[in-house]
Amino acid sequence: MMKNKFLLFIMVLLVIPIAGWGQDETEPDGVVESVPPAPPTNLSAFDTPNDNGHSISLQWDLSADDVEGNLDFAGYRILRAESPDGPYEIRKDSIPRGTMSERDSGVKESDNQDYFPREKDFWYKVVTLHKNGNAESEVFGPVRAVGQLYNWGKTPVAAAVILFTVFTLFFIQKARAGAELYVRPLAGIDAVDEAIGRATEMGKPILYVLGLGTAADVATIASFTILSRVAKKVAEYQTSLIVPCYDPIVMTVAQETVKTAYYDAGRPDAYHEDDVFFVTNQQFAYVGGVNGIMIREKPATNFYLGKFYAESLILAETGSATGSIQIAGTDEVTQIPFFVVACDYTLIGEELYAASAYLGREPILLGSLKGQDYCKALVIISILLGVIAAIFNWDGFMNLFTVGN
Amino acid sequence: MRKGPVIVVAVVAVLFIISLISRMSGVPEGTSTFESLASAFWVTFAAFLTLAVMSFLYKDNPFYKFAEHLYVGVSAAYWMCLGFWTTLVGNLFPRVSETLSNWFEVPYAGFHPHYLIPPALGIILLMRLSPKGGWISRWALAFIVGTTAGLNLPRFLRSDFISQISSTFMPLFVQWQGFGHFFSNLSLSASGQLVGMLSNLVIFVGVFCGIIYFYFSKEHKGAFGVGSRFGIWILMVTFGASFGYTVMGRISLLVGRLTFLLDDWLGLIQ
Repeated sequence: MMKNKFLLFIMVLLVIPIAGWGQDETEPDGVVESVPPAPPTNLSAFDTPNDNGHSISLQWDLSADDVEGNLDFAGYRILRAESPDGPYEIRKDSIPRGTMSERDSGVKESDNQDYFPREKDFWYKVVTLHKNGNAESEVFGPVRAVGQLYNWGKTPVAAAVILFTVFTLFFIQKARAGAELYVRPLAGIDAVDEAIGRATEMGKPILYVLGLGTAADVATIASFTILSRVAKKVAEYQTSLIVPCYDPIVMTVAQETVKTAYYDAGRPDAYHEDDVFFVTNQQFAYVGGVNGIMIREKPATNFYLGKFYAESLILAETGSATGSIQIAGTDEVTQIPFFVVACDYTLIGEELYAASAYLGREPILLGSLKGQDYCKALVIISILLGVIAAIFNWDGFMNLFTVGN
Repeated sequence: MRKGPVIVVAVVAVLFIISLISRMSGVPEGTSTFESLASAFWVTFAAFLTLAVMSFLYKDNPFYKFAEHLYVGVSAAYWMCLGFWTTLVGNLFPRVSETLSNWFEVPYAGFHPHYLIPPALGIILLMRLSPKGGWISRWALAFIVGTTAGLNLPRFLRSDFISQISSTFMPLFVQWQGFGHFFSNLSLSASGQLVGMLSNLVIFVGVFCGIIYFYFSKEHKGAFGVGSRFGIWILMVTFGASFGYTVMGRISLLVGRLTFLLDDWLGLIQ
């Protein structure tokens, strides 16, 4: 009996692998059962806060197949429709795996292809992109984009604007009241009069280059003030002035500036509108033109004040080769080294703004310069406090300087 | 006639023939003689302009003048055309006039009355050409300068002011675990504690002293003067690094032009 049981046990053991082998044979070799991916869950959509009302933010939980090492999982796709039944259009495709939120945004111009209407109901779905097929989340909607009047994320910018304005207005008022506002002297500023005098003695013209900035760039505006001062001196000394311009609007403002300076100097007859002229609006063609003027007219003094880019070294080198005294100034940090190397005097960054205030001596300019200085004092204090906050992990203070989108 | 220009023209003509021969020897099947000739002519003309601009390094000469005037004239004309087709035809006409849109074959986008403001300002600007009405152009100028400056203010305050301040908020003692740990783990590794602390310290002191240098309302004497001098040293070191980096970029531009001359034009580089 015992022997029979043992034989039966051995037979069962033998049958199990045979049965398994037989089962394997029921499916052909190389065919893997295709299992559809798990869809994303808990999809929610809401109006993006602090925006102009042309975007919807979406959040979802990752698909169960969105795991490290699953090479079949390609990512997600966002679909949008104007009714829950569709038709759905693709709004975002190939969203990388691991992403749990996305923003569907567009532009506000209705004639643009990427127009995103405000206050219109939309329904959303998020689709899993998988090698074995796509799986859709449940539909979420309706949701609509609404514009906000105030962007709370930009409160630090609003505070900075108010602070800056208050300081500036206060000091402008003070300067108008006749208060003596001290501005430390700068070597480049003192050299301006000297350079004009040299040109007068040599009987050669002065070249004034306003750079490639537009009439609204701060550096160009500062340069207009210095141009006004130079033009006034030029009119008094009866020297000639050449102002080749890169931008037509800048040329127009420069003509007005020079004209007014000549009137102020009591020499309106000496003003020639053709001295301030447009060259071209193409960077290196402009450089070629100005270089030609330098070589042919051989000005005694060259001023490069404004916004400069790659042309700075070419201009300054040519001026240096023609033996001119050169005074340069720009707020383009990458170009300052070239002016430092090739010019006699360089106004670094904000020194250009200070120079315009110093030379102009107008209450508005002096007041705004003082306002900036007091803002800088606040910056110094903020940096000191910020570094201490970073050491002790006081996130609250550091968040005060975080600007949202 | 002066000898110099004649010699240069002769040299360019000879190089044109060399360029033509090199082109004709390596042209693909089916290229006509005229196409080879035209290709050789245009590449020679481009090379001639390159050499004419480079001749400025020697001194001012008629070839440089020719290249300069051609470049300035063509670029100004091109900019004018581009402005007309992108600004007026591309943006304005489709939003103000169906007739003009049809005339220029651009899709009409409906009448948008506020699009009439920019051309009105443009016409006001053009009043400068009138001796009596020139003063009106100041209104347009004031609008352009004032609006753009106002729009730029928040942008500058955000990127150049607040963002710069918050970027300087960094701990001076990175991963600080006490003096014992610090001295027993001294290393010049880029990811090490010592380098991290030095890096943060340089940024903090550099920004601090740099701002002091640009403070104009106080005389730079005493401790303030020391901070200011250190600030300008930091700036000069930064400028030196920037200078070297940019010069490197310019040399690659020169290499690009030389490659054009030796390869595209003369076919000397294989």
